[in-house]
Amino acid sequence: MHGAITFQLLRCAVAIAALGALISPAAAADVGTYANLGRDIAANCANCHGTDGRSRGATPSLAGQDAAVIVQRMKEFRDGRRAATVMQQLAKGYTDAQIEAAAAYLAAQAKQ
Amino acid sequence: MNGRDRAANGRVRTRREFLKAASASFAAAAVGTHSKEVHAAAPRVVVVGAGYGGATAAKYIRKWSGGRIEVTIVEREAAFISCPMSNLVIGGSRQLADLTVPFDGLARWGVRIVRDEALDIDPAVRSVKLGRGETLGYDRLILSPGVDFIYDEIPSLASPEAQARVLHAWKAGPQTVALRAQLEAMSDGGIFAIHIPKAPFRCPPAPYERACQVAHYFSTRKKKSKIIVLDANEDIQAKKAFFAGAWESLYKGYIDYRPNSTLLDVDLATRTLKLDFENVAADVINVVPPQRAGAIARRLGMANANDRFCQVDFLTYESTAQRGVHVLGDAIQVAPLMPKSGHMANQHAKVCAAAVVALLAGEEVNPAPVIANTCYSYVDDKQVGHVTSVHAYDRTQKTMLVVPGSGGLSLTASEGEGIFAEAWARNIWADMLM
Repeated sequence: MHGAITFQLLRCAVAIAALGALISPAAAADVGTYANLGRDIAANCANCHGTDGRSRGATPSLAGQDAAVIVQRMKEFRDGRRAATVMQQLAKGYTDAQIEAAAAYLAAQAKQ
Repeated sequence: MNGRDRAANGRVRTRREFLKAASASFAAAAVGTHSKEVHAAAPRVVVVGAGYGGATAAKYIRKWSGGRIEVTIVEREAAFISCPMSNLVIGGSRQLADLTVPFDGLARWGVRIVRDEALDIDPAVRSVKLGRGETLGYDRLILSPGVDFIYDEIPSLASPEAQARVLHAWKAGPQTVALRAQLEAMSDGGIFAIHIPKAPFRCPPAPYERACQVAHYFSTRKKKSKIIVLDANEDIQAKKAFFAGAWESLYKGYIDYRPNSTLLDVDLATRTLKLDFENVAADVINVVPPQRAGAIARRLGMANANDRFCQVDFLTYESTAQRGVHVLGDAIQVAPLMPKSGHMANQHAKVCAAAVVALLAGEEVNPAPVIANTCYSYVDDKQVGHVTSVHAYDRTQKTMLVVPGSGGLSLTASEGEGIFAEAWARNIWADMLM
């Protein structure tokens, strides 16, 4: 639907995800060579944060946010350093590599 | 003439389309395995059921294939009506229209919507036969039919007339409105009794949320009325501390919870629930019957878990009994601690959509899918609590397991979570249908 641009962004997301995988080799074993990790993990966020992170409600939009900020927030939720209703529980379900890949995908999405 | 001779819109195929399709089906027939299915062009996916699972799968296959896969969705109803939030209609704070979303958004994604019922599958030629006579050919078939009710063990509810009097209101629609009308017609001082079947059933927290919603109505409008919750299970099946707390703090004296209550039959004349250890007369009776996968997913041996639900490969949601047929949502035999929820159905659908797009392109499927559940329950018209969980694929056990340490639930309800619950509904409906 959104053609070549999405494809390029995806490649970008994959490249960043691969970088994340290098940093934590244990998690990289989970990732393997699958190309759409970031897209698929980000799709988990869509139920509350909107398709591709474009929210239609009080939940914050994630599309076009800085990847490093998304990663930092997720790690703060996971470590209990940032209060939340559901996110401190959900963040504990993801590895660093999964969070980094999803953040890269969401950062690459158009805000609207 | 079967569906393979027709284009997706029912017209006769052009020669080019025919060659494309023939090439695709040749590739599917020649290889036909998980790992490699190579299609020349425009492979076809048929989705049955446009609820949380099916609609999400249809949209995401169009989205993630860049429109390269033809998607047809078969749906009986004219519009989507959400089961999540429908207890609020019974409580009186929402209308059914608030929970209704049209299907035109799917059409904008290029999904062909066929209003009909899928009756049968021919796995040999890969086609689905519809109620009005049309036959749709597919390269991959996705079934998301929800649940059917089992009335076998409640003899007096066998007839449609009896079922119209003793409502389930477990599929959002006319029954939801009718149950609300029964409660409104009941005079103050009356009794509402709900019977909950043995797990597994659709949406584990929903019966207890429903008790809250009816209690909200009674405590504001019919203060002399009471609620009896008759549970075939030995305890509250979801968010136990949360619901027990709400009943104690908000609705003290309104709700009488009776576990281990197995329903044997209903006496329609006296409006009495006949249970294994007692009889309970009530003014409004709500029986949630036991459930199994919708009929189309029980064909061809696919309901291979206790003859009720469908076992699937959690990497693709392909039936373990029928190659090329995927099953989503409440119809599947769930993994341990995986609830039958709309949210989960949406998540199944995206794993399935990613896998179907990959398989039809001859690419690798995600070897380690992760999905999550977030389920909100309303204790009144504004205050809400949640339960969450994250489930990851376990390669050894070949199933989805809860990630250790993930998930949790609210201890008490709050208006703040009510705002997130509303946002959840807006976003998930858009995620599946817009």
